[in-house]
Amino acid sequence: MSSGPEIRTFRVEMPDEAIADLRRRITAARLPSKELVADRSQGVQLATIQELARYWAAEYDWRACEARLNALPQFTTEIDGVEIHFIHVKSPHAGALPLIMTHGWPGSVIELLETVGPLTDPTADGGQAEDAFHLVLPSLPGYGFSSEPTELGWNVGRVAQAWAELMHRLGYTRYVAQGGDVGAAVTDRMGRQAPEGLLGIHMNLLVTVLAGPPPAESEQERAAADQLATFRESGFGYRLEQATRPQTIGYALLDSPVALAAWLLDHDTDSYYKISRAFVDGEPVGNLTRDHIVDNITLYWLTNTAVSSARIYWEDGQARAQALASGQAPRPVSLPVGFTTFPSEIWRTPRSWVENSYPNVTYFNEADKGGHFAAWEEPELFATEIRAAFRSLRQSH
Amino acid sequence: MSNETEIRPFRVDTPDEAIADLRRRIAATRWPEKEPVDDQSQGVQLATIQALARYWATEYDWRKCEARLNALPQFITEIDGLDIHFIHVRSEHEDALPLIVTHGWPGSIIEQLKIIDPLTNPTAHGGAASDAFHLVIPSLPGYGFSGKPTTTGWDPDRIARAWVELMGRLGYTQFVAQGGDWGAMVSDVMGTQAPPELLAIHLTWPFTVPPEIDQAVQTGSPLPSDLSADERRACEQLAFFYAHDLGYAQEMSHRPQTIYALEDSPVGLAAWLIDHDTRSYALIARVFDGQTEGLTRDDVLDNITLYWLTSTAVSSARIYWENNKYTFFAPKHVAIPVAVSAFPDEVFQTPRSWTERAYSNLIYYNKAGKGGHFAAWEQQQLFSEEVRAGFRSLR
Repeated sequence: MSSGPEIRTFRVEMPDEAIADLRRRITAARLPSKELVADRSQGVQLATIQELARYWAAEYDWRACEARLNALPQFTTEIDGVEIHFIHVKSPHAGALPLIMTHGWPGSVIELLETVGPLTDPTADGGQAEDAFHLVLPSLPGYGFSSEPTELGWNVGRVAQAWAELMHRLGYTRYVAQGGDVGAAVTDRMGRQAPEGLLGIHMNLLVTVLAGPPPAESEQERAAADQLATFRESGFGYRLEQATRPQTIGYALLDSPVALAAWLLDHDTDSYYKISRAFVDGEPVGNLTRDHIVDNITLYWLTNTAVSSARIYWEDGQARAQALASGQAPRPVSLPVGFTTFPSEIWRTPRSWVENSYPNVTYFNEADKGGHFAAWEEPELFATEIRAAFRSLRQSH
Repeated sequence: MSNETEIRPFRVDTPDEAIADLRRRIAATRWPEKEPVDDQSQGVQLATIQALARYWATEYDWRKCEARLNALPQFITEIDGLDIHFIHVRSEHEDALPLIVTHGWPGSIIEQLKIIDPLTNPTAHGGAASDAFHLVIPSLPGYGFSGKPTTTGWDPDRIARAWVELMGRLGYTQFVAQGGDWGAMVSDVMGTQAPPELLAIHLTWPFTVPPEIDQAVQTGSPLPSDLSADERRACEQLAFFYAHDLGYAQEMSHRPQTIYALEDSPVGLAAWLIDHDTRSYALIARVFDGQTEGLTRDDVLDNITLYWLTSTAVSSARIYWENNKYTFFAPKHVAIPVAVSAFPDEVFQTPRSWTERAYSNLIYYNKAGKGGHFAAWEQQQLFSEEVRAGFRSLR
C-alpha cells in the first residue's frame, strides 16, 4: 500500500482506429463558401483551413508527436477529484529551482515542449547551471490528458490550489510558477493565494486588465488600451461563447475536426496570421510550424476535450460574478512578480500597468519578438526571459 | 438572354444523396460528455440534442417539408446582383393589402409557413375579408434558397432597398412590411428609408430601448429610480440577455467564417441554431421532451435541415458581421406609421412608454397574451390577429 496519494507514470497510446477515423472525417469535410474579404476580418480564411486540412489528412503524423511526448517523463495523479496529467523533468543540476508552468487555451502542454531542454538543461544551450529549473508542466483540468471535471467549481482559483498541492506532492518546498493566457490567470491566483513554498511568479499576459479599463495616460498606455479595446470589439466572440455556452459550440467541435481546427486557430490576429503563413506560404514563424500547430489540434481532437476545455471560461464567468456580488477586492499579490511583454501579444503591456496590478514587481522586460504563444513561438527567447525573471529569487536564498 | 428583372418560378428539389449523407453524418456524430449542470446554463443539453439527433436520423422526413414548400408559389428574381428567393401568395380578396414578411436568424421562411393561410385567407380563420393580405415572404440574402453574396455590403440598408424593389417588381405600389429579429431590423430600416410605397411597418422586435437605459443595463450602472413595473421588467430581461444570451451573436459579428463547424456537423449546426435565447431554447427543448405546445419536432427540424441542405450556416451568419450601423435595441427615428406587438417571451417585452417614445407615429401597440421570439412560428393564430389589428387602421 502506498503511503501518500499515488503518482502514476503515463504514456500516450492512441488507437489506430481513432487516427483513421480522424483522417476520414477531415477528408469528408463540408466547407463553406469563401469569405467575402481579403483578410481575416471575417474569421479563419478558407484557403488556410483547406491547406491545413490537406496537410492534416495527407502528410501529418500524430505518432511523431506521441513519440515526443512519450520521450518525456509523464505522470498522472488525482487531486481534488480530478486526474491531473503532467510532464515532470528534473534538471541534472542539483540546485535547480522547481518551476510549474501552465499553458492556456487554445493551447496544451504541446505549447511548452520546446522549452523543456533550455529550462532544465541550460548548459547544453549556452546557459549556466545556476539557471536550471526542475520543470513541471501540468495539463489544465479538462485539457489534454487530464480528466474532465464532472462537478462545477473548477475555476482558475481552484486550479491554482491544485497546483500548490501538486508541487507539494512532488516534494518541492520552494518553487516558482509561470504562465500565459489561462495559465497566466492560474499563476496570478497562485500569487494571490501565496501557498507555502511559492517564492514568486512570472507571467506573459496581464490578466488583471480584463476586469476593468486600465490607465491610458502615457503614449504606451493609450496604445495598449486601444489594442485591448480592439480585442473586445472584434475578437471577443469565442470568449463570450465559451463563457456563456461552452456546451453549444462544443457539439460541432467534437464532431468535426475542421471545425475544431478553425475554432482553435482563431485566437488573436497576430498568431492567426503567423499560423496561416505556416500553411499557406510554407513560412512558419519561429517554432509555430505546421506540425506543432496540428499536434496541438490533434491532441484536442483525440482527447475529446473541446467542450471541457472551454468550460474554464464559463467557470471564470461564474467566479467573476460571485466576486463582483461579494464586493470584495481580490487579495493583492505580495510575492515577487516578474513580467515579460512580448511585442506581438494581444495588448503590448506597459511596465506601468504591471506595476499598477502588482505591488512587488521584481522583473520587467519587453522582449524583441514573439506573440501570444511566446513559449511555443520563441522557446529560446522565452527561456532566457524565465531565467532572468527568477534569477533574483535564487540569489536571495 | 435573360431579362434582368425576370421572375422565375422555383421548386425545391433535394438530391437523395444529400439526404442520405445527412443521415450518415448524424449517425456518426462524436458526442461530448454530459454538461455538468442540471439546466441550460452551459448551453444545449446533451439529452435534448441526442433526442433531436435520434429523431432527425430515424423518423424525420424532409420530403414532407419539400412538398409543403412546393405546394406554394415560389419564385426567384435577381435584385442588385443577387438571386432572391421568395414565396408569393395572393389573396383571393381583391382589396387585400400587400405585405412583405421577413424572417430572422436562426430562422427562415419555414417560420412563416403557418401564417400564410390566416393572412391571405382570413375568412377561413375567424377573420374578415377586409383583413386579407397579399403575402410576400422572401429569404434573406445568404439564407435558404436566396443566393449567397460574394461581395461585402449586404447590410440591412441594402436588403431594405432590395425589398422595396421586389415589391415594385411584383406590381405593388402600396404595401406594408412586417418582421421579427433581423426581419424586424430590415423592416425598421425600410421605415427609416420611408419609400412612398411603404404605408407602415409592424414589428415583434421593436427598436425602443432608450439609449441611456441600454447603456446603464450594459454597464451595470444604476437605473433611473422612476421606472414603471413594465420598464423594470424589460430592463431585467435586457440585463439577462446581455449576460447570458449574446455569445452566438458576438461570434457571428466578429468571426462568421470561423464557424466551419456548422457546415461540417449537422448536430453542431442543430445545437447552434436551437440556442438562440433562453426562452426559445426552453420551448424547443420541451418539444423534444414530448410536449407539443407551440412548435413540433418537425417544425424545428424543417428549419435546421433547410440550413444544412442549402449550406447556409456561414452565409447567414454574415449579416451580423455586415451590420455595423445599428444596435439590437436602439430607436432609429422611424417617422412612418408603426405597429408593435409585444410578445411576453420575446428577449424583452417592450413597454408601451418606450414604444411611444421611439416611434412618433405609433398606430398600434399591444401586449400579446402568449408567444416569444418565434411568434409567427409558434403562435400563428395570435400572431396573425396581431398583424391584422396592427394594420387595420390603414385600410
